[in-house]
Amino acid sequence: MNAIAMSNQEAPAANIKMRAAGVDVSYGNKQALFSVNVQIEANTVTALIGPSGCGKSTFLRCLNRMNDVIDGCRVTGQISLDGEDIYSPAIDVVELRARVGMVFQKPNPFPKSIYENVAYGPRIHGLADSRAELDDIVEASLRRAGLIDEVRERLDEPGTGLSGGQQQRLCIARAIAVEPEVILMDEPCSALDPIATAKVEELIDELRARYTIVIVTHSMQQAARVSQRTAFFHLGEVLEQGETGQIFTNPVDGRTQAYITGRIG
Amino acid sequence: MTENVKYPAVIAARRQSKDRLRRRRAEQRFRSYGMVAVAVSLIFLVGLFATIFSKAYTALGQTEIALEIHFDEALIDPEGTRNPTTLARANYDALVKISLGKLFPEIKDRRGRRALRKIMSAGAAFELREMVLADQGLIGGRRTVWLPASDDADMYIKGLVAGGLQHGNRIDAQQAAWLDKLENREQLAQRFNWRLFMAADSREPELAGLRGAAVGSLLTLSICLVIAFPLGVMTAVYLEEFAPRNRWTDLIEVNINNLAAVPSIVFGLLGLAVLLGFLGLPRSAPLVGGMVLALMTLPTVIIAGRAALQAVPPSIRDAAFGIGASPMQVVAHHVLPLAMPGILTGTIIGMARALGETAPLLMIGMVAFIVDVPTSPTDPATVLPVQIFLWADAPERAFAERTAAAIVVLLAFLIVMNLAAVLLRRRFEQRW
Repeated sequence: MNAIAMSNQEAPAANIKMRAAGVDVSYGNKQALFSVNVQIEANTVTALIGPSGCGKSTFLRCLNRMNDVIDGCRVTGQISLDGEDIYSPAIDVVELRARVGMVFQKPNPFPKSIYENVAYGPRIHGLADSRAELDDIVEASLRRAGLIDEVRERLDEPGTGLSGGQQQRLCIARAIAVEPEVILMDEPCSALDPIATAKVEELIDELRARYTIVIVTHSMQQAARVSQRTAFFHLGEVLEQGETGQIFTNPVDGRTQAYITGRIG
Repeated sequence: MTENVKYPAVIAARRQSKDRLRRRRAEQRFRSYGMVAVAVSLIFLVGLFATIFSKAYTALGQTEIALEIHFDEALIDPEGTRNPTTLARANYDALVKISLGKLFPEIKDRRGRRALRKIMSAGAAFELREMVLADQGLIGGRRTVWLPASDDADMYIKGLVAGGLQHGNRIDAQQAAWLDKLENREQLAQRFNWRLFMAADSREPELAGLRGAAVGSLLTLSICLVIAFPLGVMTAVYLEEFAPRNRWTDLIEVNINNLAAVPSIVFGLLGLAVLLGFLGLPRSAPLVGGMVLALMTLPTVIIAGRAALQAVPPSIRDAAFGIGASPMQVVAHHVLPLAMPGILTGTIIGMARALGETAPLLMIGMVAFIVDVPTSPTDPATVLPVQIFLWADAPERAFAERTAAAIVVLLAFLIVMNLAAVLLRRRFEQRW
């Protein structure tokens, strides 16, 4: 276990940004999540770990209602953002997704220019009144995503022409350009090489200061490196959650222990 | 572990075995079947093109005779008023007859003169009238004018006369001799048949042209596009991006696919009953033709549109939804633009099919004989394939080559459209 670097142990303030209580999700007749309770603290990186098919991505997609798009998907239970039920009819899904952004497993830039990729969100949400303001947002977002020095000279080139790691950071820049409060990341590094992964992980750590981050990952090391809190999913249930250090060094549940030491998975 | 020792030997034996040879031969045979199939279809295609082009080729020329016309004021405008009505009503046929008579002063009897007149097209007089109406300064002067020979004379000069030159036939020995004489005197020549492209239909083959049908086709296809494209795209977008997957959408999907398989003549009958009979829209009009063809093209556009929308990767939708785009913005800003090349390709192919469609247009009266070039979608008109149908049905030998020429023109349109579809697909092919 020494190989796994322990993450910084500063105890996060008990400031709950999002809370899921008794969340059940089913696709058609197949139930994917069973009464999930998870708390997501503000300005914290929360890692969702667990074997394939355990429902962690499903849960992630519940947090900004991306599951609405999928036919036959039914979500019950309560998920709140700042105490507000995000599944209540009063919530505007579009606005919710602007507050809870998402970065996907495979980098998915729009087949447009780098500039347009980042500018699209602010534009549809009317965040900029002028072209100059939009330029500023794009530049700030690319800077925060650590990409600005690499693309400054070629903002008009297609985003799909970047390398995989750069594309993923472009997608992160695109997500933060709309100033979300929470960023959901669904295995953001699984399609990247180790160097690009290191850059993205570094970026995640920096972004924590401004945003609340929830990350799904298959890599134990990554969870240990970037997260402060971890929730362990197994067969659609959350078996354990708590501080990352505690989950990795001293898990309460035997199955968590088995998973993080590589015996099940 | 004897097996481990034996195995390589077994494999080596296999390598030389007949099984392997047989498999390779089967492979080659399979490939040759494919090549034979391609070759056979190519032969058919080449045969078809060769026949059509060899027949169409002669239609590019038209026999014309140089007549020295005296635009006699006494005949055209005896009162000297230059009144357009008078000019239009004048007896230009007489001018043709007088000039012809001067070419053959030896012919004195009426029967001979009538036979002589028949080597010229009836359209010669019309062309003189058009000349005079366009330029009144001609009146009183003389000018050598190339005027169209009759279709029978044309066929004789082109060597396409079936049967002999007996009297009572379309062209007899005497007329043939006159034509030969004119040719020797270089007062008769094959000149480019501009009428084929610039004129509308006519009963006289030498005057008949494709312009009316081409314009009719253009108007009809425009109407078809204006109706089928937006309807088809909206349907495809709704079914693909918004509609819930349930029994109703399944039913709609099955019906759209069925619609694509309905024989086109049924759409024609529908147009006849509903558009003409019930709604009372004008008969023979491109408006109605376009509507009928739109019905026929709609399923093609919808099916192509849905396929193109499906081909847009879900990750693009995720990306757009993920930063808070509304469903409409996702479609309008991302999915539809990315699917557009595919949709356009499908639409062009659908339009190409509509361009070649004949049967439904027969039902709504676009088969009428129309000598005017239509100027609006409500004017009576015909279209290229129907023009081919009409000419193919005409008894005059001269219409045979014109039919072939019309087919070439239609094929050219189709090839251009299909080429556009292929280029569009190549140009905008996206890789994710």
